[in-house]
Amino acid sequence: MELFRAENVNKEFATVKALTDVNISVEEGCIFGLLGPNGAGKTTLIRIINQITAPDSGNLVFEGRSLHQKDIERIGYLPEERGLYKKMKIGEQAIYLAQLKGMGRSQAIKSLKQWFRKFEIEPWWDKKIEELSKGMQQKVQFITTVVHEPRLLIFDEPFSGFDPINANLIKQEILQLREKGATIIFSTHNMGSVEELCDHVALINKSKKILDGPVNKIRQQHKSNTFEVGYKGAYRNLVRGLGNNFSVLEHEEGKEGNSVTIRYLNGGSSNDLLSALLPEVEVTSFNEIIPSMNDVFISVVENSNNN
Amino acid sequence: MNKTILILKREYLTRVKKKSFIILTILVPFLMVGMFALIIFLSVSDDKEERTIAVYDESSMFLGELADDGNTKYEFIPPKKYNEIKADLQKSPYYAVLFIPGNVYTSNYAKLESTKQIPFELSERIERKLSRFIENDKRQKVIAETNIPDLEEKLSATRTRVKLSTLKITDSGEEKKSSSIVAFIASYAMGFIIYFFVFMYGAMVMRSVMEEKKSRIVEVIVSSVKPFQLMLGKIIGTALVGLTQVAIWVVMGVIIMVATQAFFAPETAQQMGQSIMESQQQMAAIPAATQMAEPNKAMEIMNMISSLNLPLILFSFIIYFLAGYLLYSSLMGAVGAAVDNDEDSQQMMLPITIPLILSITLLFIIAKNPEGPVAFWMSMIPLTSPVAMMARIPYGIPTWELLLSIFLLVGTTLGTIWAAAKIYRTGILMYGKKVNFKELIKWLRYKS
Repeated sequence: MELFRAENVNKEFATVKALTDVNISVEEGCIFGLLGPNGAGKTTLIRIINQITAPDSGNLVFEGRSLHQKDIERIGYLPEERGLYKKMKIGEQAIYLAQLKGMGRSQAIKSLKQWFRKFEIEPWWDKKIEELSKGMQQKVQFITTVVHEPRLLIFDEPFSGFDPINANLIKQEILQLREKGATIIFSTHNMGSVEELCDHVALINKSKKILDGPVNKIRQQHKSNTFEVGYKGAYRNLVRGLGNNFSVLEHEEGKEGNSVTIRYLNGGSSNDLLSALLPEVEVTSFNEIIPSMNDVFISVVENSNNN
Repeated sequence: MNKTILILKREYLTRVKKKSFIILTILVPFLMVGMFALIIFLSVSDDKEERTIAVYDESSMFLGELADDGNTKYEFIPPKKYNEIKADLQKSPYYAVLFIPGNVYTSNYAKLESTKQIPFELSERIERKLSRFIENDKRQKVIAETNIPDLEEKLSATRTRVKLSTLKITDSGEEKKSSSIVAFIASYAMGFIIYFFVFMYGAMVMRSVMEEKKSRIVEVIVSSVKPFQLMLGKIIGTALVGLTQVAIWVVMGVIIMVATQAFFAPETAQQMGQSIMESQQQMAAIPAATQMAEPNKAMEIMNMISSLNLPLILFSFIIYFLAGYLLYSSLMGAVGAAVDNDEDSQQMMLPITIPLILSITLLFIIAKNPEGPVAFWMSMIPLTSPVAMMARIPYGIPTWELLLSIFLLVGTTLGTIWAAAKIYRTGILMYGKKVNFKELIKWLRYKS
């Protein structure tokens, strides 16, 4: 089921186009990766979803009806540039932010105490933000984003500023939130975490959406007919077998055996390659290379910039 | 609306709980009291100085006629000693030397010499003593020469002092006793209160906006509430902080005044009263007339105050105070949102504060001539009218002028809040961009 949809969203700042006819559809219970180079328009789109700015044109649909001011309480937003009131006590501050999201005071205190215990920062309840380490501030910020149990969560670079242990903690929390039924829009430049977490991605470049789909499907689609083959035998023989239909990208010889990366030039199946190789060398391993999200990102953005 | 109250509450509580707020709030009344106490102490202790003035009377008319008054003593000296003293006044036991020339009756001239700066009040007193003596003496001579019976009484009867009672004829044709002094004080005080409040708490709104922008928390907050709610909560919350401060000051002021009176009443109050009476005597050309009026002074002041149209003044004060504060604080809030750093904020603040500073500097002129063109135009232009109009109202003002001014001010304030909200909304999320006024006008056109 679809939780959120943006239809033909346009936004212009003075003379700069920030979003051009952008459509996205976020399925309920999925982690939706919102990708794109710096300045592509991601933050503008996120702010539009949060109703911080209004689109010049386009529709926003939440839970099957038009996005309403009141829906703000069902969305949690962790912006990339974070901050809290430096001079305010953490507990009070967290309660205040939870109340702004529509929680009652006593309920907010109860949930916040639970989260503080979980993140092991309960002793800091009465401390001021400026007395905390950056990592701890980030934890507080994360808690204030999720405490009101929003249906839609928007995380912009959620792992920045965390050490690997805490980054992992946050990652586990995000996965748990999804299990509990939250839908997550996740914006990051870290393609590793996109592969790890995201079910679906959309890529925005220069105000336009240039790619959209499930992560697995996208990676499959961007296969470049490249194979990694381990073999025993002479490289010379192998090249002879390949003929003109293939090009060798990489070749390495080792004690245990040799390996080669081959690209199929004219298109064809893996079986064609195998049948060309088998008469010449002994194949010990055979893998089709599926591109990483990083490769997909780079090739798609570069392609779109060249056109 | 609920969330605006949450914001307002936070804004209020964090400011009121701040150490600097508590210290300032408690300290200011004491500083004020201390300042007044110092002034009183200085003026009283100044009077206490024992002065002996050597009098060289060349005319030999005044011997025994210059009675000691208060702490000032007069000692007549022979000519020889006069030269001695004059040669080394510093070492002599005398504070000053008074030289009365032989021809004082015709020249009306005498000399008071001292190594110190002679207080104005002292020289005035001596002047008066001499004048009165000569005047009396001359009169006696005239009486004796002309030999007209009862001339003394007749001359006294000719002594005239016209008391001008200032009356203001209101629109309804009724006569009202007005006092220009009370009106002047009232107008000055109210103009100043508005100026002070707008300046201090408007700047506070600006700093608060800048703090939220700098710490980046603003993005989280505007993902929960509308920017306008945030701005409104901030402005109202800050105003309540100011009102709290003023209320505390008023309460403390009353307590301190009562306490001081109870404590010092026997001595200081009397001394103060004396020095005031004396100065009043000095001011009046004919002391007797003033002295007659003295017992009714307090009553008269009460009458004067009640002669002011208090309900109108209070009503207009509230309107000009609120509208003026809203106008300026929303402007300053917009500036706080538009800039990234303190230097830029000062640059942008300048054009906003100029009308305010202008109206406070011209306040004196307005209060002196409340019907003049400066007063009229400044009380019509919305950016100056909160201060300028309050300075005019105690003198009474045509209804149409007041209504027009209020209409213009309220209209401008609403328009400014609308524009400020637009600038605010765009500005709080805009970083690293040096804004100018052209840019700001562009922001006004962005869709909400």
